[in-house]
Amino acid sequence: MTSVGQALKRKEDPRMITGRGYYTEDIQLPGMLHAAIVRSPEAHAAIASIDTSEAKERDGVVAVYTGEDMAGDFAGGIPMVWAPPGVEIKTPEHWPLKRGQVKHVGDPVAVVVATSRAAAIDAAEDVIVDYDAKPAVVDPEAALADGSPLVWEEFGTNKTHEWAVAGGDFDAALAEAEVTVEARYVNHRTSGAPIEPRCSVAEYRGDKLTLYSTTQIPHIARFVLGGMLGVSEDKLRVVAPDVGGGFGAKLQVYAEEALVLALAKRLGRPVKWTETRSEHMTTSHHGRDQINYITLTAKRDGTVTGCRARVVADLGAYQQLLTPFIPTLGFPVMGGCYAIPSIDLHFTGVFTNKMPTDAIRGAGRPEATYWIELTMDKLARELDMDPLELRRRNFIRNDQFPFETALGIVYDSGDYEGTLDKLLGHFDVDAFRSEQASLREQGVYRGVGFSTWVEVCGLAPSRAVGPQGVGLQAAFYESANVRVTPTGSAIVYSGISPHGQGLDTSFAQIAGDILGIDPQNVEVLHGDTDQGAWGWDTYGSRSLSVGGEALARAARKVQEKAKRICAALLEAAPEDIELEDGKYQVKGSPDKSMTMAEISGAAHIPPNELPADIEPGLEESSFYDPENFVFPFGAHACVVDVDVETGKVTVVRYVAVDDCGPAINPMLIDGQVHGGITHAIGQVLYEQIVYDEEGQLVTGTFVDYALPTAAEVPRFETDRTETPSPTNSLGVKGIGEAGTIAATPAVAAAVLDALRPLGVESLDIPHTPVRVYEAIQAAHGNGADPPSSQQGVRLDEHGKGSAGSGPTRPDEGGAS
Amino acid sequence: MGATVRIGVTVNGERRESEVEARTLLVYWLRDELGLTGTHVGCDTTNCGACTVHLNGESVKSCTVLAAQADGAEVTTIEGLAPEGGLHPLQNAFWEKHGLQCGFCTPGMIMAAADLLQRNPHPSDDEIRHGLEGNLCRCTGYHNIIEAVKAAAGNEVSA
Repeated sequence: MTSVGQALKRKEDPRMITGRGYYTEDIQLPGMLHAAIVRSPEAHAAIASIDTSEAKERDGVVAVYTGEDMAGDFAGGIPMVWAPPGVEIKTPEHWPLKRGQVKHVGDPVAVVVATSRAAAIDAAEDVIVDYDAKPAVVDPEAALADGSPLVWEEFGTNKTHEWAVAGGDFDAALAEAEVTVEARYVNHRTSGAPIEPRCSVAEYRGDKLTLYSTTQIPHIARFVLGGMLGVSEDKLRVVAPDVGGGFGAKLQVYAEEALVLALAKRLGRPVKWTETRSEHMTTSHHGRDQINYITLTAKRDGTVTGCRARVVADLGAYQQLLTPFIPTLGFPVMGGCYAIPSIDLHFTGVFTNKMPTDAIRGAGRPEATYWIELTMDKLARELDMDPLELRRRNFIRNDQFPFETALGIVYDSGDYEGTLDKLLGHFDVDAFRSEQASLREQGVYRGVGFSTWVEVCGLAPSRAVGPQGVGLQAAFYESANVRVTPTGSAIVYSGISPHGQGLDTSFAQIAGDILGIDPQNVEVLHGDTDQGAWGWDTYGSRSLSVGGEALARAARKVQEKAKRICAALLEAAPEDIELEDGKYQVKGSPDKSMTMAEISGAAHIPPNELPADIEPGLEESSFYDPENFVFPFGAHACVVDVDVETGKVTVVRYVAVDDCGPAINPMLIDGQVHGGITHAIGQVLYEQIVYDEEGQLVTGTFVDYALPTAAEVPRFETDRTETPSPTNSLGVKGIGEAGTIAATPAVAAAVLDALRPLGVESLDIPHTPVRVYEAIQAAHGNGADPPSSQQGVRLDEHGKGSAGSGPTRPDEGGAS
Repeated sequence: MGATVRIGVTVNGERRESEVEARTLLVYWLRDELGLTGTHVGCDTTNCGACTVHLNGESVKSCTVLAAQADGAEVTTIEGLAPEGGLHPLQNAFWEKHGLQCGFCTPGMIMAAADLLQRNPHPSDDEIRHGLEGNLCRCTGYHNIIEAVKAAAGNEVSA
């Protein structure tokens, strides 16, 4: 029996359920010191002076350094790696500790190193910094206006860059359009908020530096940090131990990683730094933060003829690793799963006095899918057409794959009708509409939202996104090494770096089947730059479709060599050896067979019968660069109730049908979908990073920044279709970000559907109680039907009414 | 170093004594002094529940308890929930039902769920969801956590 396709229990779990996981914060090294960072309380200021004398006097303090003190420790600043051909992106100097000026709240200005965590934190509070405050700007459109305060005066503008791509003739589509709909959307700023805060531990022994870090990208981090520190890569090892969730927030090379390395080198002792949750909210990169101006053109019969997007992206104060690239990352699917003949996209990046944005789960694709799907709904209303019928009329048909979009992107495979049909098999729209009508008579406002989504992932063909493609200064192939031990178990090393996805298990299934070894005896290693080949790590839903394929290819090479050894020993032709139920046997003679343990034993201690042209050992590597992206897709339905007296939204049902190709482990797919949807529910209903007008962060803790709890999400109903991708031999596509991409519009559309009878036609996310309540009141002022009750009071904009923040109904005393 | 206190706490059935700074939080004493790193810290504000342990048989967030407050008490952490080498029914159920992904919230989630099942051996879905409101998970969407707690309670079919 093959294990691929089975819901194998995870190999990772035994240590994690017993408290024996090994996370970076768990590491204690002999003589280890603790670092605490002194951060700017100002959004924009000149540093007038820093007095470290009092801090240095405190018990346990080993050193206190400012940016000036450490200027010589770094050969380079924190880099940004996008250089699109023909476009200049304004990129300021970005040092781990700031000198001269600070540009956002939380900007690091000094570091304290002490013998204990508490001593370091105490001393950091005694560092006295004088700031001369300067005007700050936090709104990206205000930042583009004449006369705005400048984040970087030397650039003379807050505009970082413009980037555009188009295909087909949108201007003609607009001129000839029978129907045109326009809309403005705000994809607000969010936090990745893994439950494990960031932590880095650095050690310096002899001439070798080792960094243990909560990172999704140990290989890229070594490359970047080696450059920042002026250290060659052979002298720098980066290890990602168990990592407690990433969601993009750990797809970064952070100032603190470079700092602890420099400190360990300076002081000759290991140094640990652990982020507080407030530091995470302040200085782990944020996501989203775009304003989108969308135009769709169509014929009266519903045929969409053109799509135009103008995107203003708030990048914050600096360029981190991928900051300016993220808003554009979704461009290949900015037409959705629809055959749209003209697409015209334009992006403007803007500096503000805020933490930089970068990749957070979905990274550009939830934003795009949000505006595509909501604008399709709006077009359907304009045409007085069923929104699902409008989608069906514009779906790329199965017989059109591989489908080249107006932008020249080739969608690999799809069955958009198939997932929608399957969704509607689980969700009876007519029954819902009659239930909705009868509930409304009882004062219950229920709504449904649909999302027929496609995304682009499996980063990526290096030719498409590398230096000569879109312009990332990197490549995106993946590596794998497969080693069979003399007794017939396997150790594989992959260049990906998972942090919760369960790839120790799914990769063992892939390799085990190909090798003829029980997956329980396949150990999957990753996340240690001294253990394996160069890799490009985990993000962009690439681990399986790129890393898994690399692994399959390496395993097939091992299988091929095993067959040659087996053939030599059984006196058969290699092409006559087949792998059946874990045995390598001669076709037609199942009694003549060998197990992998026997073959590997012979490979490692070769008997004389083995021909000299077969090298000893049983180990192979592979480097795989995909020919194309992969394009997962699906159809989701979300049902919500809106309490019109309080504005509170409750998700009452969620149905998801997704297609990521053939399942390696269906249990892991469901888990990714559940988590992805919940991430989107958080963004649409609860979560928002908020800065006030002066650039102070208002949402600095989990009290103010509300993650969904178990009580805020429903049971999820999931199903799948399986349409293989022709891009890789496994046929697989990514699923890690799909739920977030799909659910963002589905949840928002459900809220709007519930509110429509009250006259609310559009409403920016997050749909917090106060926003929803005020929208209802405003619509009533416009002459719409009043809700069944006029009770309710102004709630605070943030916190109240969100997860974990106490009662939200006026009659429960939570607001008055 | 500020004022210190001498404490004696029975941790996972074993008497442990030490001299701690008075302000030391229970979670850091468990992690840094005793090396019981299964108990995690995820926030500064007692919201996330990754640090949940049992103090005299009831779940507490050990980031909001001083080590000194545990003097004379019994503390159970995830490492001591089941006898060495065995699994508590909740641990087994989290494994069976895929109730964890990155595993960081898992020890706290299991300790909170264990306390919930002590107080309410056969909770409904809704009671489980509200019972675990104080424990945040960013990976699973809670779906399989609820399934795991139901399975451990032996009432998988109840709605």
